[in-house]
Amino acid sequence: MNQQDLKIINPFGNDKDFAGCSIFGMMNLEGKRFGSKDPVRAITNMHERSNGLGGGFAVYGIYPQFKDYYALHIMYLSKDAKEKTDHILASNFNIIFDEEMQTKPANVINPPLLWRYFVEPKKNRPKTQTEDDCIIEAVMRINTETGQAFLFSSGKDMGVFKGVGFPEDIADFFCLEDYQGYLWSVHGRFPTNTPGWWGGAHPFNILDWTVVHNGELSSYGINRRYLEMYGYKCTLQTDTEVLAYAVDLLMRKEQLPIEIVSQILAAPFWSEIDQMEPKKRLALKTLRQTYGSLLMNGPFSVIIAHHGEMIGLTDRIKLRPMIAATRGDMLYLSSEEASIRLVSPMLDKLWTARGGEPLIGRVRSKKTVAPTEVKA
Amino acid sequence: MATKQKTAIISEKFQSFAKNEKGIWKINAQDVHYKELNILLRELDSNGVAKVELSNIYGQRYIGTDLKTKLKIDIYGTPGNDLAAFMDGPSIEVHGNAQDCTGNTMNDGQIVIHGRAGDITGYGMRGGKMFIRDDVGYRVGIHMKEYVNDKPYMVVGGTAEDFLGEYMAGGILVVLGLTLKEGEGHKARFVGTGMHAGIIYVRGEIGNLGKEVKVMDVNEADLEQIKSLVKEYCDHFNADMDAIMKGKFVKIVPYSHRPYGRVYAY
Repeated sequence: MNQQDLKIINPFGNDKDFAGCSIFGMMNLEGKRFGSKDPVRAITNMHERSNGLGGGFAVYGIYPQFKDYYALHIMYLSKDAKEKTDHILASNFNIIFDEEMQTKPANVINPPLLWRYFVEPKKNRPKTQTEDDCIIEAVMRINTETGQAFLFSSGKDMGVFKGVGFPEDIADFFCLEDYQGYLWSVHGRFPTNTPGWWGGAHPFNILDWTVVHNGELSSYGINRRYLEMYGYKCTLQTDTEVLAYAVDLLMRKEQLPIEIVSQILAAPFWSEIDQMEPKKRLALKTLRQTYGSLLMNGPFSVIIAHHGEMIGLTDRIKLRPMIAATRGDMLYLSSEEASIRLVSPMLDKLWTARGGEPLIGRVRSKKTVAPTEVKA
Repeated sequence: MATKQKTAIISEKFQSFAKNEKGIWKINAQDVHYKELNILLRELDSNGVAKVELSNIYGQRYIGTDLKTKLKIDIYGTPGNDLAAFMDGPSIEVHGNAQDCTGNTMNDGQIVIHGRAGDITGYGMRGGKMFIRDDVGYRVGIHMKEYVNDKPYMVVGGTAEDFLGEYMAGGILVVLGLTLKEGEGHKARFVGTGMHAGIIYVRGEIGNLGKEVKVMDVNEADLEQIKSLVKEYCDHFNADMDAIMKGKFVKIVPYSHRPYGRVYAY
């Protein structure tokens, strides 16, 4: 990419800045939905960790009236791109409902055209292709075809809201006060190596999987090439994108539990593996040999979420912060303790995990997740 | 005019949330940005105030930075990162937990934390004392250093996570392990990686060391040093001195003052 292209994509400057992002996750373990007030307060309290070049939210349980359909959020940088994309959508999906996303004037920079669709894949597709595969194919196609359209949220009964601005401004812009969810994961961005643009804001999403990330993945190149072999195309110019696709590949497609996945993404050192008992040593060695290209190198703390589950993970030598707490039915994950204390001064438990060891929160009964059972 | 200024110790913009009550300045820091808060603390410090109480602290950074007198600051809430960074004299007591990077390049003074402290606590600390009641995070005491009479001391009541004393270049770090269960050892890995001066005293079992350090038994002089620091710890947190001193201490010191000398020279 030449310098001119970079300028067009990132009018906010490509200089390298140093700081940390902020991440915050909040989940009701009974699957009860709540509003944006506490997540927004918490992330706003970490204002210093971001610089206004990106903010975003992933919210689960927000579309109970359309819970059986995939909710697609798409940003268009041109009208032309929308026409082309609408054509792709119409030929692959039954579009149940679509509308311009609800927004209001806020302190955000150059918002694109934002559109929301509720769709179901058409029945006349190859027999071997699942509905999920059909969605992924559409995401990859839309995101690569025009260069002007980006499908940034593609799960059922959940949605990603993100853009260029401080997270509190993004919440304002997308009118998040009108939404209720049982799991909120939030990001304030301070881009270091890659441009601050609408598609590059966190969370990164595929199907109902989302990732918010503080840090940088120096292994991006090798991770991306590995994922390309499985049909994932990285288009958003940000390292975190590979993490979202890696999680989709390992957890959804290959059905590995997070306890194993964390040993792939943040594998123990060889020196530690050498000291394990033989059976475990063989297992860990096999994982590193099989999935070596999905090792996430470089400093990171992330919150990974999908329906019913929120997971915190840091790199194996914990070069980025993460702290967890519970109070009643609420689970909190945060870059800083103060943000948790702000929304819940009293806590039942507060703890940190070792680098590379996942913190896992699961909805107690999947049944209670069914959004229709919960009054907003 | 000059006398008028002298009576108003703090700027007008701070008077709505900072009040002098019988010689103690009480500051309600709810929604006060760290920059404002630290300007206010500087004003109080430079006017010879003796005691300040901060309430509703939620993550404000750099509290106490650059202050040079013997001011006493009590903090209620959760102070933000870089608490007491570059501090040079005051005494801070945190009634709660501290976040990351407490005492960053602190020069003199004292920090007492009634709770836990996060990662890189005591980062580049050059002098003064720090007492933490419970556990601490990763890389605690990283690059602590000493020079002639300036020597930092840190006592951790609980246990520490990995890279304790990383690149340590001076000072004394004591880890008491009081939060460990009976028979449980410290789990910290890579302790003292890159360490080239200073001493880490550990009460209890510790195994996974960096390649630059060795574990030794403590001698009489070491025990005297440990005892005087543990006494201060017990005074701050009302802990049982005799019970603590019954535990077995070891010391971790570097093999060499220039572990990488040969790497770069040849």
